Amino acid sequence: MSAAVLALLAGCAADGGGERPKSASSKGEKASALGRDKGYAHDPFPSTYHAYPGVPTLVTNVTVYDGEGGRIEGGSVLFADGKIVAVGQTLEAPAGATVIDGTGKWVTPGIIDIHSHLGDYPSPGVEANSDGNEATDPVTADVWAEHSVWPQDPGFGRALANGGVTTLQILPGSANLFGGRSVVLKNVYARTMQAMKFPGAPYGLKMACGENPKRVYGSKGRKPATRMGNVAVDRATWARAASYKRKWDKYEDEGGDPPERDIAMDTLRGVLSGEIRVQNHCYRADEMAIVMDMAKEFGYKVTAFHHAVEAYKIADLLKQNDTCAAVWADWYGFKMESYDGISANLALLEKAGACAMIHSDDANGIQRLNQEVAKALASGRRAGVDVSDAAAWRWLSYNPARALGIADRTGSLKPGKMADVVLWNGNPLSVYSRPEKVWVDGAMLYDALDPRRRPVSDFELGQPGEGDVK
Amino acid sequence: MKALMLLSAALVAAPVAAQTIAITGGTVAIGDGSAPIPGGTVVIRDGRVVAAGRGVAVPAGAETVDATGKWVTPGIVAGIGSLGLVDVGGVQESNDSGARNSPFSAALDVATAINPNSVIIGNERAGGVTRAIVSADARGSIFAGQGAIIDLGDDADPVTRPRAFQFVELGETGADRAGGSRPAAYAMLFDAFAQAEDFRRDPKGFDGRSRDALLKRADAEALLPVLDGRMPLVVHVERASDIRQVLTLPKRFPRLKLILAGAAEGWMVAPEIAAARVPVMASAIADLPASFEQLAATESNVGRLQRAGVTVGVLFDGSGGEHGLAQFAGNLVAIGKIPGAAGLSWGQAFATITSGPARVMGVDGEIGSLTAGRRADVVLWDGDPLELSSLPVAVWIDGKPQPTRSRQNRLRDRYLTPDEGALPKAYSR
Repeated sequence: MSAAVLALLAGCAADGGGERPKSASSKGEKASALGRDKGYAHDPFPSTYHAYPGVPTLVTNVTVYDGEGGRIEGGSVLFADGKIVAVGQTLEAPAGATVIDGTGKWVTPGIIDIHSHLGDYPSPGVEANSDGNEATDPVTADVWAEHSVWPQDPGFGRALANGGVTTLQILPGSANLFGGRSVVLKNVYARTMQAMKFPGAPYGLKMACGENPKRVYGSKGRKPATRMGNVAVDRATWARAASYKRKWDKYEDEGGDPPERDIAMDTLRGVLSGEIRVQNHCYRADEMAIVMDMAKEFGYKVTAFHHAVEAYKIADLLKQNDTCAAVWADWYGFKMESYDGISANLALLEKAGACAMIHSDDANGIQRLNQEVAKALASGRRAGVDVSDAAAWRWLSYNPARALGIADRTGSLKPGKMADVVLWNGNPLSVYSRPEKVWVDGAMLYDALDPRRRPVSDFELGQPGEGDVK
Repeated sequence: MKALMLLSAALVAAPVAAQTIAITGGTVAIGDGSAPIPGGTVVIRDGRVVAAGRGVAVPAGAETVDATGKWVTPGIVAGIGSLGLVDVGGVQESNDSGARNSPFSAALDVATAINPNSVIIGNERAGGVTRAIVSADARGSIFAGQGAIIDLGDDADPVTRPRAFQFVELGETGADRAGGSRPAAYAMLFDAFAQAEDFRRDPKGFDGRSRDALLKRADAEALLPVLDGRMPLVVHVERASDIRQVLTLPKRFPRLKLILAGAAEGWMVAPEIAAARVPVMASAIADLPASFEQLAATESNVGRLQRAGVTVGVLFDGSGGEHGLAQFAGNLVAIGKIPGAAGLSWGQAFATITSGPARVMGVDGEIGSLTAGRRADVVLWDGDPLELSSLPVAVWIDGKPQPTRSRQNRLRDRYLTPDEGALPKAYSR
């Protein structure tokens, strides 16, 4: 009865961006690049994800949003061997391909949620499962969200079946200024976290500004207790990180005695060297401006502000800094720093040419991100900002893929990319539509018409409601 | 609003033409579960609905509103929540939704705290919400206190029905509030009812004011109308077995008028709920085992309850404001296309956020539909109100046109272009 209260602490992650991904890659790249893999392993928990088998599939007679702003009426989408082969008006079915007549239906790229706590705040939300906030110190850059992710969270299945979500970033919570590393997952159930890990996706660093850190630590009589305290602790930490980076860079360039290892500083060094992306929980416009200056002071970049309810007030500044805003459609008023939230936020960002995207931060909201975008579109149109439906799909897949550093592999229906595809039983921007089929890397992992293609996590097995429509 | 009604009733013979409004040419949804009617007319006079539907004559002298291409519906009835009690959820001093440190419980009366000028009320009114079922949260006891039905009108008189129900927690939350277990919650409930009877028998001899009194005098007094069935008892439970337990209460307290809130596993005991004639306020979207009392939660809950014959209203449990109920109801239509799911027709779905909650609370004779005689809470939408692309274009509450500007719209307009002009943004309004 008080969903808003949950939002007070639950959400918030920040992804920071670096140009050079390094994470779940299991390719064993040679550790020759500057500062990488020379002094210590950068990928100690490598991805073991593998695509499940699929069949060459041609979906015909559908409306296509390609995820990059393109729209095709009466189009076709062909994928095989886990990859998109072609998207066009009329395509020939290769021999042996499964052909699905999608008349009246729509095909889009799978939805990507850049801000989720599935796995680290799983269902059931009991204290024993509460693993999202290491709220014992305002600086916990040493923790990695992936070490909290419970792969049996029933929420993953709901996000797939009801939400068409194929990729998601799991973030630590926002109690801390430096919350820890994020992890990017393919939305495919597995026995281990590693087997869900998106191969080669860069890590993110979750940071938070504003009310949460100062409330959590101020109430314990500790620093920070104010917004200025937040920034003071941030800057002191970045100064230490810069020094750590210098020592390790020198060692990796020149050899000698290895400097002392600090797991937290490894992550911050990764940010400063452009390997890890900063994903920054921040509501208020004025605070975002301060954080962007702080980033310049220490030579890193904020990839995206999350929960940026006031992003519309500084859309120009965000554009200038090439920093994205990840937002809800209409959440507001549940805490002081969310008081000025408006549902035209996304549209106003788009109008200003800023990078924008939807996010959920919520195990229920992640099941309706397409609907959230539709509401944001309506609010924009009411304000005279007419973003097209096809362009709006970038808020759901391509823009989050870019902010996660995986847009070369997923996020749009371009040949060669992962076949992360949703067939919707109607216009996905209508409240009356649902995913009919969802493919991840070309494997059909949900089919609304086939109860056997409906995932049931270990937790739900043998419980009331097992395997029910949800 | 009540004063206005009395006034208009007293002046039946006076000219009323100026107060008659006919909204013509739109698609009319009555809100009673019936299908929408294209090309319908809605006539309201003196704050009440006169007629709605096809072939309704426009009275001479009526002010007409052309609704061609638009939809005309009753306003959303939102609940059970904190509208009017809260400015900012996380700002304790602005939040009257709970009182952990109060010695009182059942006696707490939210009607004393409703603020019609709250920014949230203005925002939600602009979103098509015209009435709300308001309850506090239970904090220091299993009892949250007495809830109210309010309107969201832009006037100084927001309370439609004060002390409309008592709210009690008897599931996991109740266990927590009672000291740690469900048996403790039931012990607290039974003892409170017993003390209320003690108070009834001998008010002078009843303690209830000493520091260690388990139940305060005012709380005991507040429970009497519940025991007499004059005030419904809204019980928040989710688990199937908890629902069954609640349904046994009338054996001991035969006049209790029960309402279930939550009931995520209600579909598992739907025939029992229907047989007991207990109405339910349930979530449309809860589909996760968010707790051990909601293991079997599914979006099909509302549909399955309704098919079993249970009166259901949809509970608001989102974060984007109560106007989001329209989206939730739309989802209940959407699942109808999924094999195995229990979807609703459009009319049924729309009723779960209008006449449904009104019926559950026993006020459907007054609000929640465009049936003749109901209060004229009318929303004109630019399209299908359950569809995500639609927004209200005009709102009437008790027949009075409402402002459609909200603080959110003002912020939007100020920042349509983010850069400052000749003066700072503070001068732009």
